[in-house]
Amino acid sequence: MIPQTRRNFIKTAGSLTIGFSLGGIPLFPGVFSCSGEIPDTTRSSSSVNAWLEILPNGNLRVFTGKIEIGQGIRTAIAQVAAEELNMDMEKIEVVLADTDRTPNESYTSGSRSIESSAMSVRHAAAYARQKLLDLAAKRLNTSTDDLWIKNGKVGHKNDKKTVSFNDILGGHQIEDEVNLEVQLKPRADRKVIGKPVPRQDIYDMAAAAPVFVHNLRFPDMVHARVVRPPAYQANLKEADETALLQQFPKLLKVVRNGSFLGVISKDEYTSIRAQEFLKENTTWTVSEKLPDIKDGGLPEYLKSLPAKDETVVDKGNISKANADTSWIKASYFKPYIMHGAIGPSCAVGLYEADQLYIWTHSQGVYPLRETLSGMLNMPMENIHVKGVPGSGCYGHNGADDVTADVALLARAYPGKHVRLQWSRHDEHAWEPYGSAMILEPKARLSNSGKITHWEYDLWSDTHSTRPGGNPGRLLPAWYLDKPMTDNSDGYFGGASRNAEPYYRIPNQQVHTHFFHGPLRISALRGLGAYANIFAIESFMDELAEQAGKDPYDFRLMHLDDPRAKEVVEKLHKLTSTTSHPEGTGLGIAFSRYKNNAAYCAIAARVAVKDDNDIQLQKMWAVIDAGETINPDGLKNQTEGGMIQSASWTLKEEVTFNTQHITSRDWNSYPIFRFDEVPEVEVIIIDRPEAPPLGAGEAAQGPAAAAVANAVYHTCGKRVRRLPVNKYIKM
Amino acid sequence: MSTITLQIVVNGKTHTVEADPATPLLYVLRDHLQLNGPRFGCGLAQCGSCTVLMDGNAIRSCSIPVQAVTETEITTLEGIAQDAESLHPVQQAFVEEQAAQCGYCLNGAIMAAVALLRRNPDPNDEEIRNDLHGILCRCGAQARMIRAIKKVKG
Ligand code: FES
Ligand code: FES
Repeated sequence: MIPQTRRNFIKTAGSLTIGFSLGGIPLFPGVFSCSGEIPDTTRSSSSVNAWLEILPNGNLRVFTGKIEIGQGIRTAIAQVAAEELNMDMEKIEVVLADTDRTPNESYTSGSRSIESSAMSVRHAAAYARQKLLDLAAKRLNTSTDDLWIKNGKVGHKNDKKTVSFNDILGGHQIEDEVNLEVQLKPRADRKVIGKPVPRQDIYDMAAAAPVFVHNLRFPDMVHARVVRPPAYQANLKEADETALLQQFPKLLKVVRNGSFLGVISKDEYTSIRAQEFLKENTTWTVSEKLPDIKDGGLPEYLKSLPAKDETVVDKGNISKANADTSWIKASYFKPYIMHGAIGPSCAVGLYEADQLYIWTHSQGVYPLRETLSGMLNMPMENIHVKGVPGSGCYGHNGADDVTADVALLARAYPGKHVRLQWSRHDEHAWEPYGSAMILEPKARLSNSGKITHWEYDLWSDTHSTRPGGNPGRLLPAWYLDKPMTDNSDGYFGGASRNAEPYYRIPNQQVHTHFFHGPLRISALRGLGAYANIFAIESFMDELAEQAGKDPYDFRLMHLDDPRAKEVVEKLHKLTSTTSHPEGTGLGIAFSRYKNNAAYCAIAARVAVKDDNDIQLQKMWAVIDAGETINPDGLKNQTEGGMIQSASWTLKEEVTFNTQHITSRDWNSYPIFRFDEVPEVEVIIIDRPEAPPLGAGEAAQGPAAAAVANAVYHTCGKRVRRLPVNKYIKM
Repeated sequence: MSTITLQIVVNGKTHTVEADPATPLLYVLRDHLQLNGPRFGCGLAQCGSCTVLMDGNAIRSCSIPVQAVTETEITTLEGIAQDAESLHPVQQAFVEEQAAQCGYCLNGAIMAAVALLRRNPDPNDEEIRNDLHGILCRCGAQARMIRAIKKVKG
């Protein structure tokens, strides 16, 4: 099968293609390149990396490099385009990540999908409207001011004359880039943006449509499983293939490349049984053990590792602070936690006539293609990677690794689609975790209870090892005959996300200490922000108490930004006008994600039973994410973020022994179940005049601190070490 | 491993399948009958992604061998609505409440809710929570799902 390329795809009839830039470029008129004519085969402007296409039947197609990861990006993109072109949502198709069809948009991460993609699409759609009106005005011999545009038609305001897009395009394929000042539809005229448009994919999923990569089926598809080593650093000495084939005569293939071992069979259950059989019938040498850490000793161990130290914030004068005046100090700890997708990672691959076709739920199809090319030593043009939705991932989980597994297996077994879904153990024990972190704030208060000095030390491993072209970051590559490993640092910068408080503090220093810890690490929702905000907002509560202030007042005393104040004030009003049952306590927290994205204030109410059992009853969030494209989407993400973060905070901790990870299923790594989930309520402060701000990760940090603060205010126990359920009892 | 011929009734139709009798029902539904509703989440009876109805009761298809269901009627997400064009009231409520994010767990939540409402047409909050204990959702969409289930009164 030959996938359609973008070019032959559109060269079928008259169309209007608008190229534009998706990505971190500010979205103001004038920043788009002015390259004018675009050559037929290559794009002249490197800033053009997305296309919006008006089709002759009046429908619209948008190509973006993003992938749907449960954040509702498809709907948000369709909404903004529908708005600018006055089109029904059903007339809009959004094509997501595909190396043969969509632009290279690198990774879908960091809450930026709506902020960057949707806004760029909106400008492109507005530009397309302008362009169509210009063409129609010429055709109708009138001025654009006299025209209206709706659902693929342009008409004259004073007479009944209308022309279809097809007429306007007259069979021509017109290509252009957003290169003029673009006028967005005025606020008062907006009909779709800001409305809770339902997601079509939720209907599809509820109706059992094959939405996921896990549901792809091809004729004669075969099923594979990979036998993972007993430890990170291990070599396969012997695999009893004779016994294996005796037991499973119908196996189609045993793939061995160094210490990489996989099985392929027509029947999925046969592959699973063969994988289990090989786990028992292989011998490995473990070349390096994990450190022997006694229960509770992880923070001390991590602190003892060699670290790279840096001062990332230095304001006012900290050193002048007298050594003998009292500093208030605390130490907080966040363990390793996992993404824990409900559906283990899955991919499908087909190797045929030197070409490799891949279906994956990776968050970055282009970087993955480049990395696979390195691992397989295959030209990049011969690899075709298509993004298909998977189970929610919340960052860099096993998606890229399972794809690398499939690539190796498909190449070893050409001509058939090879499908592989990891087992629960594979996912739990081999995904890259969110780093453990130690957070140590100290502060001084003035007589009036204001913070005058603040010093903050954090210890962390890296926060991203996404493949990004480096094959040593793909799990199976470590075990190949010619192993590929990665000695680079990854993205340490993520550790200091939100390490600087969003409060007015005249004298301030933040120091980071980067270590290389024992476990495999990468990006998990919010990166360092979750742990930093947990620590800072817990500490703010401790300081408020020392200053003799109410937690709300104390925060407001130190906030300058009126939007920050408003979310806190609104939350205050919400919790003070609600009646709370006897014996419960409230905790609050605030942050502005990344100190430049969405504002979010969260309250939690808990009851604590005699045996220190915590019952999380309710959580409230007030969020300001600028202009809201889809309020229900924003609520959904914020509700989910609070619940997930509360689960991390109360329950979760990756455990390991000297051999490997020991939290390998949902019993040894428990997460919230239905009976533990709090009631949630989200209030949005919509600001149609302000740019939309990334919000998908805004709740993680404040939710954690709100829960810990609520526990303190209910039972007087300040739990500084996560997970709270465990350490409240110690 | 040797295969035998088995007959199972799924969504009102009788299917003849060739399978190892020990094969968990989940793989027969997904791979032999090409159904999309039940999904693999753990294979350990811990998450509920694979939930189907056996004679109207929610069971985990990952942990029951196909040979154990030959005398029963199995219903999957595909089979709960009146016909192919309509949705079951629980499906409808989930759509109305937009009760999902990634949606991977949706099958389990809907199927467990259908089974619950069959036994108890008007469950309260606590009954819903206790009954769906076996369904895991990592996206934190549970609060919406509870709202959706409450909307459906038997
Ligand atoms: S897949 Fe059956 S319970 Fe998890
Ligand atoms: S909606 Fe993603 S796991 Fe439940």
